[in-house]
Amino acid sequence: MIEPRRHVRRRPPLGVLVLAIVAVVFFLLPLVGLLARTPWGDLGSLLASDVVVDALVISLVASVAAVVLSALLGVPLAWLLARVAFTGRAFVRGLVLLPLVLPPIVGGAALLFALGRRGVIGEPLYEATGLVLPFSIWGVIIAVTFVSMPFLVITVEAALLNVDTRYEGAAASLGASRWTVFRRVTLPMIGPSLLAGFVLTWARAIGEFGATVAFAGNLQGTTQTLPLAVFVSLESDRDTAIAISLILVAISLTVLIGLRDRWLTR
Amino acid sequence: MANLIVVAVATLIVASCGSASDVAQIQVSAASSLSDVFADLEVAFEDANPGTDVVLNLGGSSLLREQILAGAPIDVFASAGMEIMEEVEAAGLTEGEIDVFAVNHIEIAVPPGNPAGIVGLEDFDRDDLFLGLCAAEVPCGRLALQSFRVAGVNPTPDTNEPNVRSLLTKIEAGELDAGVVYATDVIAGEVDGIAIPSDVLSSSNYPVGRIVGSPNPTGAADFIAFMFTDEGTRILLSHGFQSP
Repeated sequence: MIEPRRHVRRRPPLGVLVLAIVAVVFFLLPLVGLLARTPWGDLGSLLASDVVVDALVISLVASVAAVVLSALLGVPLAWLLARVAFTGRAFVRGLVLLPLVLPPIVGGAALLFALGRRGVIGEPLYEATGLVLPFSIWGVIIAVTFVSMPFLVITVEAALLNVDTRYEGAAASLGASRWTVFRRVTLPMIGPSLLAGFVLTWARAIGEFGATVAFAGNLQGTTQTLPLAVFVSLESDRDTAIAISLILVAISLTVLIGLRDRWLTR
Repeated sequence: MANLIVVAVATLIVASCGSASDVAQIQVSAASSLSDVFADLEVAFEDANPGTDVVLNLGGSSLLREQILAGAPIDVFASAGMEIMEEVEAAGLTEGEIDVFAVNHIEIAVPPGNPAGIVGLEDFDRDDLFLGLCAAEVPCGRLALQSFRVAGVNPTPDTNEPNVRSLLTKIEAGELDAGVVYATDVIAGEVDGIAIPSDVLSSSNYPVGRIVGSPNPTGAADFIAFMFTDEGTRILLSHGFQSP
């Protein structure tokens, strides 16, 4: 006899449930701590200060730019890693992970030694064009992209490796160009992973601190992102630091939850 | 709870640093900026007083204050700036006099050879240079702004670094043409220093005191006395500190 479908057990196993709840609490605790210390009465005036508004603008510009740059450079790199067996592929894969392994402040200092005004690449660049990357929004974008692009590359590469290449082969055999195959066959199949990669990249970018401060410095209205504003105000004025942290949490949660609902649930 | 952890950690640090019964230990808590100079003072003091063992507990002044307020068994406390020591004193945890043993001036640091030809504080409003300060929220930034105010200069920095170490790194790398740091940083870092005239100079005092409940009060008094001897003064000066 076949069991009626409504009798299928829907409750998850108790052990899984308990461990998952522990994980949720673990993620929730810092938020509770932050909310408990929030100066609710002064929140409005703290958030309306020009320090906060300036930092918010820089953070949004830099994090969106990081996602765009990562898409432009990271997706081709992920495709190459997934589809072409070239010599040195293992090395390149390791290289992509480097920004995740390096303490961001070290990564930022390394960028300074490479791309700064007196850097290995930066000095010829400066002498040829007069362009100085540190202490400018370009410096922030470079630092933030360096730290966040790996998330896109890794996610997209893994997705490409899971795609059944026979579909691409079939499309090609029917006369589709490589670009058409990528656009009409590959892209739709990796779509959800691509979007997840964008979300991860953006989330890492908006919270970036170490590489930014080491490479771009900290100047209100030019290079000071929200995390930098938090760190500096933590030294003297905890209320402001908490208020800024709170908007960081608020915009991140809004964007992440919004994106998940729209694109990632299937 | 947090206090308990601080005490536990401090006790662990203290307990783990040697336990030979015939050696008299002196537990010295000193601000991070004193790390190099106190390492030298420790060696010199132990040479001059065989059978003693100075144990250094280095950290941010406010962390050290928390440890002491939580009851860590410390003999000597040397802090950066008067405020922290005054808070320990206000809590009734200092024994006897608080003495200022060193002064740290601010100074202009430039990359070796001073490629931009910086002359003094008046260069800090120039747009054609890359200039750095510590953020106004940290002591070295506050001291610098104080000097600029007195000098009548309105500085236009390209970066307000969150700490003096990251400012120094950017000057050492030549990315900044100049920055305002402590005199001790100029000695420790690979930079050249330009002194700030005494009429606009700002500085930070470093006080030292004995702590109530000190396990080794005699040793504590001896170590503090040593800091004020010619030998102690010579060591302090060699690291860029000034005598009070």
